[in-house]
Amino acid sequence: MSRFEPWSEERTVEIVADHKGLEGPLMPILHALQEAFGHVPEEATPVLARELNLSRAEVHGVITFYHDFRHQLPGKHILKLCRAEACQSMGCEKLVERAESRLGVECGNTTPDGRVTFEAVYCLGLCATAPSAMIDGRIVGRVDANRLDQLLKEAQS
Amino acid sequence: MTLRIFVPRDAAAVACGADEVATALGAAAKKAGVQVQIVRNGSRGMLWLEPLVEIEREGVRYGFGPVAPSDVESLVKAGILQGKPVDQIKHPLSIGVVDDHPYLKRQTRLTFARCGITDPVSLEDYRAHDGYKGLERALAMKPIEIVDEVAKSGLRGRGGAGFPTGIKWKTVHDTPMGQQKYIVCNADEGDSGTFADRMIMEGDPFLLVEGMTIAGIAVGATRGYIYLRSEYPHAAIALNAAIDAAKAAGYLGSSVAGSQHAFELEVRIGAGAYVCGEETSLLESLEGRRGLVRAKPPLPAHKGLFGQPTVINNVLSLCAVPFVLAEGAKAYADYGMGRSRGTMPIQLAGNLKFGGLFETAFGITLGELVDDIGGGTLSGRPVKAVQVGGPLGAYFPRGLFDTPFDYEAFAARDGLIGHAGIVVFDETANMAKMARFAFEFCSVESCGKCTPCRIGSTRGRETMDKVMAGVDTAANLAVIEDLCNTMKFGSLCALGGFTPYPVMSALTHFPEDFGRPGKKLAEAAE
Ligand SMILES: Cc1cc2nc3c(=O)[nH]c(=O)nc-3n(C[C@H](O)[C@H](O)[C@H](O)COP(=O)(O)O)c2cc1C
Ligand code: SF4
Ligand code: FES
Ligand code: FES
Repeated sequence: MSRFEPWSEERTVEIVADHKGLEGPLMPILHALQEAFGHVPEEATPVLARELNLSRAEVHGVITFYHDFRHQLPGKHILKLCRAEACQSMGCEKLVERAESRLGVECGNTTPDGRVTFEAVYCLGLCATAPSAMIDGRIVGRVDANRLDQLLKEAQS
Repeated sequence: MTLRIFVPRDAAAVACGADEVATALGAAAKKAGVQVQIVRNGSRGMLWLEPLVEIEREGVRYGFGPVAPSDVESLVKAGILQGKPVDQIKHPLSIGVVDDHPYLKRQTRLTFARCGITDPVSLEDYRAHDGYKGLERALAMKPIEIVDEVAKSGLRGRGGAGFPTGIKWKTVHDTPMGQQKYIVCNADEGDSGTFADRMIMEGDPFLLVEGMTIAGIAVGATRGYIYLRSEYPHAAIALNAAIDAAKAAGYLGSSVAGSQHAFELEVRIGAGAYVCGEETSLLESLEGRRGLVRAKPPLPAHKGLFGQPTVINNVLSLCAVPFVLAEGAKAYADYGMGRSRGTMPIQLAGNLKFGGLFETAFGITLGELVDDIGGGTLSGRPVKAVQVGGPLGAYFPRGLFDTPFDYEAFAARDGLIGHAGIVVFDETANMAKMARFAFEFCSVESCGKCTPCRIGSTRGRETMDKVMAGVDTAANLAVIEDLCNTMKFGSLCALGGFTPYPVMSALTHFPEDFGRPGKKLAEAAE
């Protein structure tokens, strides 16, 4: 069971309508779509273009510019490890290797069973309690091998 | 009387278990039948002590940290819930009177004066601790007088470039009235090693609301946006709570505090693009487009958001303003050195024993910050290098630790203070790897508008791979140097233009990591 609703044109139109009064509504709309559907599917592009009076190329360009917007549904859990400098100084690369070997996928991918999407993030603003992680939106500091293993267990559940 | 217990809501504290600690304390109090009020304050900035639990006795606060949920039982046993005199509470995690802690005592907290002390989302608490005094004074002044006051304070942009805030405001002030103008707060804080924006937004969000309101009145802008990075959900919650409370109390809306000035404020969330911290890219993003950097001129002050005159400032720049107005420009400008006036909230991060937020007047040396205040590395190994100013900042070796924290002094040593993040590396760091990472980061985050940045960063990464494999080292390092020159002078914005800083500083100060023989310049200078 997915925690997201399946994509539909009606819901997309509804979400657009909810945000149309804003100045510069596209980014808030894309965030809202991703929250509802777990990603911003390709089918949404022509609908957004039509509703916002933009070209499809423009909408596509925006969606693909930003790292946050997903083009596919993520796994059941999303585990992110920070790989920016402060976390590197505290050994995050070793944690990345450990996670990769336990999960059997490289950073940036979803496990074949669809349970875990494992990604890098560049700084969570927790750089004095590094290394840092995020699991399903929850932040975790002072990650060591032990804590990582707990997170992996949680993610693989 | 109900006991007050403080457990921070700051994301760094939460990431280390503060929510669980607060829950455990609540449950323990219930079990003991004691009335307690658990205040979720901001962080005091002593992040190695988080979660830092504080209790209050006769207005004095005593701290315990770092507290794990499993420590709650022993804290309760020691008597923190019983209103026992504090000298009778013995616990290994006790740090005594929090305000007397040397880490806090040594600071000059003008911007972070309230952070960690008050309930961040209580307007009542904010006002009781001198909040909205700056606005009050601003409302009694002419807009141009507000601009002058900010100019006289010597405040320079805290986002990185150090541009005088007063001049920026004056430019927008001088554009014709009767058109929509905007105040945009740059809360994209993408630099690794920085978290001051996050801490102040979570720990004292009304301060930013007040600063932006004053800016709006000064330049004649009636709308403001806070562009907040998506990695900061806790800050979004705190800001929205503060905005709602300010609206309800008449501090935002069609008549700010009963005046003829209107000001509306809204939080917008970014989407994980580092380059959107660059001001024109940020404006593009706010407008709903790809975050492509705009060529300047026109300046945002003339043609900014939706083509309208716009002040765009960093969180810390705007948060310095209420003090400047409340206490006067001179009170702020009295701190600092040279052309760097006032205080800087410095962020100590990475491999450091005492990482945290340290607000102090400009002029303190890098060595004091790292060795003395930061306590050296957490790993206990010698410090190898310190990156100052985020991913576009230079690496400093110990030989340059006498550099004072000052925009010009850092520039003179081929570095920058940027947003004042300091990341410490111990001797296990490989500086060739860090140089490679700088190129890689630039290639991932490049907006793609200019070739030196878009292509140069990828070529740089590939060339570093060869260097690290020991292939044609001398020739490939010559390529790196040449590439850095091209990027430095041929890039439109500082992403491409400053990536050479970390690369070249690593190569200059740590040539042996690149397989290049030669003496270390810094040590030779010692
Ligand atoms: C790649 C890049 C990223 C930047 N990121 C930020 C940022 O996250 N926050 C910020 O305030 N300024 C950032 N800046 C600087 C802004 O362009 C701009 O100078 C700043 O918002 C101006 O505000 P200030 O004068 O108050 O510093 C960045 C610049 C570049 C080139
Ligand atoms: S330097 Fe890079 S990020 Fe900046 S405008 Fe050029 S391509 Fe874009
Ligand atoms: S570098 Fe990892 S949280 Fe900042
Ligand atoms: S491409 Fe413009 S600065 Fe890099």
